[in-house]
Amino acid sequence: MIAEKEMTNAVETIGLNLWYGTFQALTDVNIQVKKGIITSLIGPSGCGKSTLLRSINRINERLGYVRVEGAIKVLDENIYARDVEPVQLRKQVGMVFQRPNPLPLSIRENILFGHKIHTPSSLKVSRSEANDIVEKALRQVLLWDKVKDRLKHRAISLSLEEQQKLCIARLLPVKPQVLLMDEPCSALDPKGTEAVEELIWDLRGQFTILIVTHNMAQARRASDECAFMLLGELIEHETTEEIFVTPRHRKTADYIEGRFG
Amino acid sequence: MFEASELNIRNRKIESLFRILFLLMAGLLILPVAIILAILTYKGSSVISMNFLFTSPTEGMTAGGIFPALIGTIWLVSVALLFSVPLGVAAAIYLSEYARDNWFTRIINLAIINLAGVPSIVHALFGVGAFVLFFRFGTCILAASLTLGIMTLPVVIVSTWNALQAVPMAFREACWNMGATKWQTIRKIVLPNSISGILTGIILMVSQTAGETAPIMFTGAAFFLPQLPQSVFDQTMAMSLHLFVLATQVPGVPEDVPYGVAFVLIALVLVMNSLSIAFRVYLRGRKKW
Ligand SMILES: Nc1ncnc2c1ncn2[C@@H]1O[C@H](COP(=O)(O)OP(=O)(O)O)[C@@H](O)[C@H]1O
Ligand SMILES: [Mg+2]
Repeated sequence: MIAEKEMTNAVETIGLNLWYGTFQALTDVNIQVKKGIITSLIGPSGCGKSTLLRSINRINERLGYVRVEGAIKVLDENIYARDVEPVQLRKQVGMVFQRPNPLPLSIRENILFGHKIHTPSSLKVSRSEANDIVEKALRQVLLWDKVKDRLKHRAISLSLEEQQKLCIARLLPVKPQVLLMDEPCSALDPKGTEAVEELIWDLRGQFTILIVTHNMAQARRASDECAFMLLGELIEHETTEEIFVTPRHRKTADYIEGRFG
Repeated sequence: MFEASELNIRNRKIESLFRILFLLMAGLLILPVAIILAILTYKGSSVISMNFLFTSPTEGMTAGGIFPALIGTIWLVSVALLFSVPLGVAAAIYLSEYARDNWFTRIINLAIINLAGVPSIVHALFGVGAFVLFFRFGTCILAASLTLGIMTLPVVIVSTWNALQAVPMAFREACWNMGATKWQTIRKIVLPNSISGILTGIILMVSQTAGETAPIMFTGAAFFLPQLPQSVFDQTMAMSLHLFVLATQVPGVPEDVPYGVAFVLIALVLVMNSLSIAFRVYLRGRKKW
């Protein structure tokens, strides 16, 4: 039984409430994000999608005025347990942002950055090892052939689409299990959107992906399950097909059909 | 259809009037600098010689050179830098990267603002009370430099803080979300990308420190001391005080000599500034975003 449960959920929140100061941004959220598939998170602006994502890697904590109640389990471990080290959590749970935010380093150094901060400095990474890491990560995001001749160039010299792929690639060397993506395509043009979407679909199965999107077509095309949030609450979470074809809640239907939001 | 109307023409005149007015005001700024430099060069350059730079004053300071004062100023500025740069940069890093907005942070900010507003003569009195008397350093380079250092701390802190804040937040977010600690983020991303701005603050501080007279007068600078300081516990001559003394306290100094001293003082500051600017330009060339 236990083994089976381990197989199913990569992320699970139990009665999650979150306050920014006195403002409650999440109300009793219970969501189960299944392992190895793509779950899309939709809902109008300000409903708490980003907040939910930022709770899952505990990055919200750096704001002194955030208060959390309830539990979040990542890979079956309560991440608010006392002995949890946020650094280890963030290694397992990578985040991709709305605006590509490569670091002000070379393409190569961007890929190696995560690996370096999680490796003790006494443990020297050899050049060939580093090369392998860079090549593997860039191949995984289908960027290797395009950039292999300019690894020393600044990451900012890439197109936005390539930058976003790089931002995904830099998470991979530390072997995360969960990838959180907060509207990863919304700063890209339609071609870039399509390319990054394809990439995300390509990564399906290797990682558990939870992706926030404003783009209904994208959610429908490129996710297995879909969760709809409204005003800090999780309204409905079904397979994508069910959500889009036979939504149970009136509000879900209204949102999907573009009647608000 | 598109000709200028009466109103357009009037507005255009007003526009150019103000443009010229503001340009003039901005241009006027060059004037004092140019005049000062011109006079100093005109009157001062005649006394500059190897002898003037590298010998001690003689005959009741009416003849000879300024070597001890030159070396003294370099001592004073260097020791002040050693004190205020690490302290100021560390404080700025705390305020910019670690501090949350609470009463403690607000008190620190208030202290910095107030420190910046304290007149230099008050700093001098503080220096006497604290370093010369209480800590029993006596009047020496250490006491004078600490006084100078405290006086220039706000400059270093505020300019470093500004430089750190200019690094986009998105870089920090990226690092933290990958599991980097604050310190890893600061060391690998924030500092390398703000170092040129930080150096600007230090340049400002060097210029200010080299020219100050009041804070060192009672704490470590001597009127006349022909031998060079051997350690930070010695008294020393200093360019700024030497200039003041020659100009007001000593009879029979040839008229051109104070100008020569001022010329060297300004040249010293300019050389130090140019070095830091060159370093900054070099670093900026390597900036990666
Ligand atoms: N750092 C913050 N401080 C205070 N309130 C915040 C903060 N971040 C988000 N909020 C508030 O929480 C609510 C949910 O925000 P967010 O999670 O960003 O929504 P979404 O990503 O769905 O657009 C919004 O009302 C927003 O104003
Ligand atoms: Mg959002």
